[in-house]
Amino acid sequence: MSQNKSNSLFEKRQMKEALVQSFVKLNPKVMFKNPVMFTVEIGTAIMFVVCIAILFGAQEQGSFAYNFIVFLILLATLLFANFAEAIAEARGKAQADSLRKTREETPARKVLSDGTFENVSSSALKKGDIFICESGDLIATDGEIIEGLATIDESAITGESAPVIRESGGDKSSVTGGTKVLSDKIKVIVTSEPGESFLDKMIALVEGASRQKTPNEIALTILLAAFTLIFVIVCVTLKPFADYANAPITIAAFISLFVCLIPTTIGGLLSAIGIAGMDRALRANVITKSGKAVETAGDIDVLLLDKTGTITIGNRKATNFYPTKGIAFSDFVRSAVMSSLADDTPEGKSIIELSEQLDENGGKLLLTSLASDISETIKFTAETRTSGVILKDGTNIRKGAQDAAKNIAQQAGNAYPQDTANRVIEISSNGGTPLVVIKNGQIQGVIELQDIIKTGMKERFDRLRKMGVKTVMVTGDNPLTAKFIAEKAGVDDFIAEAKPEDKMNYIKNEQQMGKLVAMMGDGTNDAPALAQADVGVAMNSGTQAAKEAGNMVDLDNDPTKLIEIVEIGKQLLMTRGTLTTFSIANDVAKYFAIVPALFITAIPALEGLNIMHLHSPESAILSAVIFNAIIIPILIPLALRGVDYKPIGASAILKRNLLIYGLGGLIVPFIGIKLIDLLVALFM
Amino acid sequence: MNTEILGVIVIFIISIALALPLGSYIARIFSGGKTFLDPVFNPIEKAIFKISGIDFQKEMNWKQHLKTLLGLNMVWFFLAFFVLLAQGFLPLNPDHNPSMSPDLAFNTAISFLVNCDLQHYSGETGVSYLSQLVLMFLQFVSAGIGIAAAVVVFTAMRERTTDKLGNFYNYFVKSCLRILLPLSAIVAIILVFSGTPMNFEGKDSITTLQGQTVEVSRGPAAAFIGIKHIGTNGGGFFGANSAHPLENPTYFTNAVELIAQLLIPFAMIFAIGFFLKKRRFSFIIFGVMTAGFLLLLIPTMIAETSGNPAIEKMGISQISGAMEGKEVRFGPAVSGFWSIATTVISTGSVNSMHDSSMPVSGAMQLLGMMVNAFYGGCGVGFLNFYIFIILAVFISGLMVGRTPEFLGKKIEAREVKIAAFIAILHPFLILSGTALASYFAAHDTDMGFWFSGNATDWLNNPGHHGFSEMLYEFTSSAANNGSGFEGLADNNPFWNISTGIVLLLARFLPIIGPLAIAGLLANKKYIPESAGTLKTDTTIFGVMVFAVISIIAALSFFPALALGPLAEYFTLK
Repeated sequence: MSQNKSNSLFEKRQMKEALVQSFVKLNPKVMFKNPVMFTVEIGTAIMFVVCIAILFGAQEQGSFAYNFIVFLILLATLLFANFAEAIAEARGKAQADSLRKTREETPARKVLSDGTFENVSSSALKKGDIFICESGDLIATDGEIIEGLATIDESAITGESAPVIRESGGDKSSVTGGTKVLSDKIKVIVTSEPGESFLDKMIALVEGASRQKTPNEIALTILLAAFTLIFVIVCVTLKPFADYANAPITIAAFISLFVCLIPTTIGGLLSAIGIAGMDRALRANVITKSGKAVETAGDIDVLLLDKTGTITIGNRKATNFYPTKGIAFSDFVRSAVMSSLADDTPEGKSIIELSEQLDENGGKLLLTSLASDISETIKFTAETRTSGVILKDGTNIRKGAQDAAKNIAQQAGNAYPQDTANRVIEISSNGGTPLVVIKNGQIQGVIELQDIIKTGMKERFDRLRKMGVKTVMVTGDNPLTAKFIAEKAGVDDFIAEAKPEDKMNYIKNEQQMGKLVAMMGDGTNDAPALAQADVGVAMNSGTQAAKEAGNMVDLDNDPTKLIEIVEIGKQLLMTRGTLTTFSIANDVAKYFAIVPALFITAIPALEGLNIMHLHSPESAILSAVIFNAIIIPILIPLALRGVDYKPIGASAILKRNLLIYGLGGLIVPFIGIKLIDLLVALFM
Repeated sequence: MNTEILGVIVIFIISIALALPLGSYIARIFSGGKTFLDPVFNPIEKAIFKISGIDFQKEMNWKQHLKTLLGLNMVWFFLAFFVLLAQGFLPLNPDHNPSMSPDLAFNTAISFLVNCDLQHYSGETGVSYLSQLVLMFLQFVSAGIGIAAAVVVFTAMRERTTDKLGNFYNYFVKSCLRILLPLSAIVAIILVFSGTPMNFEGKDSITTLQGQTVEVSRGPAAAFIGIKHIGTNGGGFFGANSAHPLENPTYFTNAVELIAQLLIPFAMIFAIGFFLKKRRFSFIIFGVMTAGFLLLLIPTMIAETSGNPAIEKMGISQISGAMEGKEVRFGPAVSGFWSIATTVISTGSVNSMHDSSMPVSGAMQLLGMMVNAFYGGCGVGFLNFYIFIILAVFISGLMVGRTPEFLGKKIEAREVKIAAFIAILHPFLILSGTALASYFAAHDTDMGFWFSGNATDWLNNPGHHGFSEMLYEFTSSAANNGSGFEGLADNNPFWNISTGIVLLLARFLPIIGPLAIAGLLANKKYIPESAGTLKTDTTIFGVMVFAVISIIAALSFFPALALGPLAEYFTLK
C-alpha cells in the first residue's frame, strides 16, 4: 500500500484508463446525472447537426470550418470534464486495487461442525464460519479471534512493518483479511459476508458504483442547476431581443454563449472533487463508509481523544527517585529496582530503565546479581494493591499506591514519614503518579511516574482551536492528574476517571447543544459512543463491534488521525466552494467577449463593450469557448489535491479565497481570452 | 459645493437620522416592548381585535402565516376588482369617470394589492373618488403585509428552535396602526399645508388670462400621497404622479416625499439590529445596500447634471443639466436622486419622466429594479435581500470549509432550492415578458384582441429606446416597483394582463420563499458559534453578499441592458 502513495497526480496507466473512460462517459444516461454537463452535451449534439446541415448546403450559419471547430471545442469540454472524473476514479481505483490485492483468493482451513478441518477458498467463507490460522498463513478474510493469541504482520494494510499482537477476548481481537500470522495459532470467526467487508464497501465507494452525493454536494448541484437555468433563460430570450434589434445570431454563437456562461468549470470538476476527497482519506489510510462522513468531519466542533497513546506516549514512565529521609539514595534505588524486577508492566520496566540510566552516571547497582537474590515474587492484586519480591534472606520489598503503603507501614508499627507524605502530594499535583516503596514494613521513598506528552501536541491542539474544534481528553486518571496533563498538553477540556458511559454522556450533552462530535475508539465498550458520535473512527485493531459502530476505520490505528480527517473534510468543502466562485466569476469576462461579438454587425456602437479589443466576432467567440474548455484540465490538479486549508479563522479564509478565486476568477479570463484571441487571430 | 447636490446629501442624511429611532421603535413594537404611543394605540388595537374576534395571541407556524397572508390578499383583490369594474355606477364620482375595462381593472387591482402601483390609467379620468379610497386602502394594507411578513422572518431569525412565529394578524394590525398610519398622516398634513388638495369635490374650472378654460382635478389627494410614499407604493393620485404640481408642489414637499419613501425601508434594516440585538449585522446590511445605492446613484447624477451630448453637439448650452422631462422646481440633481431612490425602493413614484433620462440613468434605474434588494420596498426589501444572504452564506460557507450556517442554523439542500428558485424567478419574469413583447414587436404582429393595431404601435420610440420601454415595463412589474418608462401604450389587454400576471408572481413567490426558508431554519437545531463559524456581521461577509447580488444581476441582465440603454449610450456618445 505504501508504495502506492505516490504523490504524482497522473500516472501513465491511470491516464490511459481515464482517457478511455472520458469517451465511455459521453453516454447520455451517465451524463444526465450532471445537469450542467448534460446541457453541454445537448449543445454539442446540436452543433453536430448544424455541421451536417452546412455540408448539405445550409446557409446563414457561417463556414463549415468555423462551426466544426466550435463543435470540436465543445466536445473537448465534455471530454475534459469526463477526464477529470475518470482520473479521480482511476486514482481511487489504483488505491483500491492495492487493497484488493490483499483479498485475493487465499486458502482457508474451515472448522466443520464435527471439529474436523476442510480446505476452502476465502471466497467460500460465510459470516459465522470459523477457520484456523497458524504461523505463516495469510488470514483469509475479516474476522474476530475467538481462541488464541498471535503476532500478526499487518503491513499489507497499514504499511507498518512492526508486528502486532491480536488475541481473543480483549479489545484487540479483530483481524483483517490479507494480513499474515507470524507466530502461534488462532481460531477466527468470520464477521462479514463475502463482498461486504469495509474494504469491499470502500472499494465500491471510490469506484463510483455506489457513490452517493453528499448533502452539501446535492445543495451545490441545485445551485449550479439554478445558474444553468438562468442562462437558459438568458439565451432563449436573447433570440427575440436580437430579432427586435435586427441582429441575426448564428446557432454556433448561441450555443457558445450558453456553454461559456453555465458553470462548466465547477460542473465538470464537481464529482472529481468528491472522489478525490475520499481518495485523500484513503491515502491517509482511513476507510470511510460514506462520502458524507468525510464531509461531516470538516464540521466537527468537539474532538474526544483518549489520553493514552494520543496525547501521551503509551504509558507512564518513572522519572525520579525520592528516598525518604535517612535512607541512602543508592539503597533506595536498589529497593525500587528489586521491587520491579518481577513487574513486567510498562511502569515497572521504566523504573529499571531509569535506574540503568543512573547507573551509567555513577553508583553500581549490579542488576544481574540482584536478580539471583530473589526467592519469591508477589504479583499485583486488586486487594493488596502492591507488588514486590521476597528475597532469599527473607527481606520483603513492596511498592504500591501511597495509601496501601501507608497501611503496611502502620500495621508493622512504623511511622509514615512526613517528608514522604509531602512528596506524594507534590508529585500528584504535578500530574505524576507516586509509587511508594516499603522494605520490611519501613517506608523507603517515592518513585515518581510521569506521563510523557507527545511532542508537537500543543501545536496541533492550537491548530484545532483555530479551526474551531474543541479538544477533550478522556482518561482514567484522577481529576488532579488529568487536569495537570490537560493543561500541559493544551487540550480544552478533560473527562477524568472516565467510564465508557461518561464518554457517551459527554457526547450526548455536546450534541444536545447542537455540536458535532468526533471520537476515536477501539474497544467493544466504545461501540455505543462511536455510534453516537457524528464521526466515529474505529481502529482497525479494534473489535468488530467498534468497527461496525463507527463510520470510519483507521488502518494505521493512529489516534491523532482525527486531526487529518478534519482537515480533509474542510478541504473538500473549500475546493467545491472556491471553484464554484471561480467558475461564476469567469462569466463576466466571457460576457464582454461574446455579447459585443453577437451584436457588433447590427449595432456598431456596441464596439464600446469590446474592452478586450478582440480581433473579430468569430475569434472572440472561439477564444471564449476555448478558454472555457481548457480551464477544466488546468484546474484538475487543484481539484484532486484540494485547496489548502489554513486555520486562520473563517473570516480570514473567506477574505483569502474571495481574493484568490473571486477576484482572480474575474481577472484571469480577461487575460486568458485575450491571449487565446491573439493566437486565434493568427489563423484567421 | 453645488447647492443641488448639497440638497441631495441633506435629504439622504435626514432620512438616515430619522430612520434610526424609527427602527428602534419598530423593533420595540414587535418584541412587545413599551413605546410612547402605547396610550393612544393600545385601546384602539384592543377594540380592533375584540370586534374582529381574532385571537391575536395564537402562535402560528410559517405555513399558517402564509395562509393568512394569502387569504387576506385574495379578499382585497376581489373587493378592489369589483369596485373598479363598477365605479361608474357607484357613489363618490363627481367627475362621472367611467368604469374600468376588465383587463385594466384586473391590472390595477393587482397592481395596488401587490404594493406596485403600476398605473395604466390616469387618476384624473380613470378612477372615481371611491376607487381612489379603495386604492388608498390597498396602499395601507399592502405595505402592512410587507412589514408583517418581514417581522415573521425577523422572529424566525431570533428564535432558537421553534415553529411558533407569532401571530400574523397581530403583526399586520400593528404595522398599519402603529407605523403606517401615524407616519402617513404626518406627510399628508405637511402636503395639505403646502397646497395639495384634500376634498371630495369634482373638477374646478378656471379661466386663464388668455381666456381659455382649464379644468383642474381635485380630490382626497394629500392622504393618498402620504401613504403612497410612506408605504413605498408609488401610485399617483394624478396621472403625472409626483411631477404634478398639486401632487408635489415645492422643493420642500419634494424633499418630504423623498424622505417619506426612504424612511421605512431604512428603518426596517435598523429594526433587525434592534430586534435581534445584532446591531453590527444590521449595519453591515445597511452598508451593502448603501454601497449598491451609491453605485447606481453617482453615475446617474453625473449623467443628469452634465446634460445630453447630442444637444451639446447642436451647440446648445446646458448649464442646468439634462432638463428634458424634468420639473424646473426640482432640477436634474434631485430628480436623478429621486429616480434612483424610487427604483431601488420599489416606490415607483416619479417626479420626472424616466423616458427622458439619460441612457446611463435609464440603465441605473433598470438595474435598481433588477437587483430589487438595495433597501427595497416596505418589508419586502429585506425579504429579497434575505434570499441573497442565504445564497452568500451557502457559497462562502463552502469556501471556508464548513457546512454553511446562518445565525446558528444549517443551510441545506431544501433552503438552497427555495432561494435559488426565488433568485431565478426575477430574471425569468423580466426576460420572458420582454422577450414576448420583443417577439411581437420584431415581427410587427397584428395583435387582434390583445392590442388594437400592430405590435410596434405600442412603442413610442423605435430602436434601442423602444426596447428599453418594454424592458422597463416588465422590470418595473417584476420588481413590484410601478414606475413607468412612459411612452409605452400600456392600457390594453396585452400589457394589462401580461404585467398583471408578472405582478402577482413577483409579489407572492418572493414573500413565500423567504418565509418558508426562515420557517424551516427556525425549526432546525441551533448550533452555537465556534471559531470555525463564518460570522455574518463582518465587512468581508458584506462584500460577499454584495458580490453575489451584483454577479447574479450582471449575469442575468447584461445582454438585455446591452441591447437597450447601453447600446443607446454608446450610440449617443
